[in-house]
Amino acid sequence: MNYTFDFSPVLAAWPTLLEGVIGTLRMSSLSMVFGLSLGIVFMLMRLSNQKVLRIIAIGYIELIRNTPILVQVFFVFFGMPAIGIRLSGEQAAILAMTLNCAAYAAEIVRGGVQSIRPGQIEAGRALGMHTADIYRFIVFRPAIRAVYPALCSQFILMMLNSSLVSSVSAEELTYFAQTLDSQTFRSFEIYLTLGVIYLVLSQFFSAALSMIGRVYFSYPAK
Amino acid sequence: MIRQFGWGEFVFLLEGARWTIVLSLLAFTVGGALGLAVALGRTSKWKILRVLMATYIQIFQGTPLLVQLFFVYFGLPMLGMKVDVWVALTIGLSLHTSAFLGEIWRGSIQAVPDGQSEAARALGIGYVHRMVDVVLPQAFRIGLPATISFLVNLIKGTALAALLGLTELTRSGQLMANITFQPLQVYGAVALIYFFICLPLTYCSARIERRLHAVR
Repeated sequence: MNYTFDFSPVLAAWPTLLEGVIGTLRMSSLSMVFGLSLGIVFMLMRLSNQKVLRIIAIGYIELIRNTPILVQVFFVFFGMPAIGIRLSGEQAAILAMTLNCAAYAAEIVRGGVQSIRPGQIEAGRALGMHTADIYRFIVFRPAIRAVYPALCSQFILMMLNSSLVSSVSAEELTYFAQTLDSQTFRSFEIYLTLGVIYLVLSQFFSAALSMIGRVYFSYPAK
Repeated sequence: MIRQFGWGEFVFLLEGARWTIVLSLLAFTVGGALGLAVALGRTSKWKILRVLMATYIQIFQGTPLLVQLFFVYFGLPMLGMKVDVWVALTIGLSLHTSAFLGEIWRGSIQAVPDGQSEAARALGIGYVHRMVDVVLPQAFRIGLPATISFLVNLIKGTALAALLGLTELTRSGQLMANITFQPLQVYGAVALIYFFICLPLTYCSARIERRLHAVR
């Protein structure tokens, strides 16, 4: 092996990589927020009394969960212009990741909501609370508390998955790394560094999010 | 003359799907064998082995699969190792699989009640027999649903092979979309093919999981 490691071109490009990190975090957090909101809608449809709504929700969730996210990204980025909706790489990426996240979030939150005992809801009703209030105070808070760790791993997963939207030229970390690779040909160093950055990001967020969870969802409930 | 997306084009996609399945099975087999080693290392009595395997799992679970594949495919040739795209994908996907299955199976091994291996030890059964005849068969049952859902994830993960230029299902879709200029139909068809490969597995996994819970 007569290869000399040279990390200097990678280290010299730190402003670009930082921009990439910001892009990655921006896209994954936006998709997480939108995805979670849409996911809650699908979850409510999934648990509704109307059979049609239930079937639509189940169909959507299963369709998304059984197809690769890369194909979903391609479908949105290349397919949408065919029906007249033109999206930039980043918009397509956020839309695709939101649609993807919604399906997973719906299933996660459903697990939480179904863990609430019916007696709790009946107690709320007996106290004369509105349905909206029952959902807000009795169902959602404890439900989110129960599934908070799963939602956190979903966020980490989104962050890691966002690497593949580089293929539709959305400007995130992997995209910049690939550009750097084609400029410097230091593939080994670049992808090693890239891996380390993702590892640090995922470790950091998993620690930070669990800390936030401990404070925000601490017993006794605030 | 632009080609229309018709039956012949759909068959082209199906031929791509064949490589998706071959690649998934290859990675699942090799990765499964490695994964068993990882799981046994993770539950071993030697601390150093446990820490080593935990780090290994952490590295693969904490970085994107795409970066792992890029590293193997573009990074290793720099060190003078010539890797063909099939070899690179098999190595990359197998390592990825071994880390995830290792973690799933660690959980299943630990979920087998301690009394089982204690009883085996009391009967003087050695490590190999204790694992092969007592612990692993029970762990297999517990870990089956999660293993199948991981297989679904792996099949979906092989779509990334398209970005390295292997003509599997997604890459066939890309080619077809470029020829026919009907990306909506083509990617829709690609998604449907994935859906019909993965859905039976997902269904199977959910069924087994329900049955396991019913027993307990």
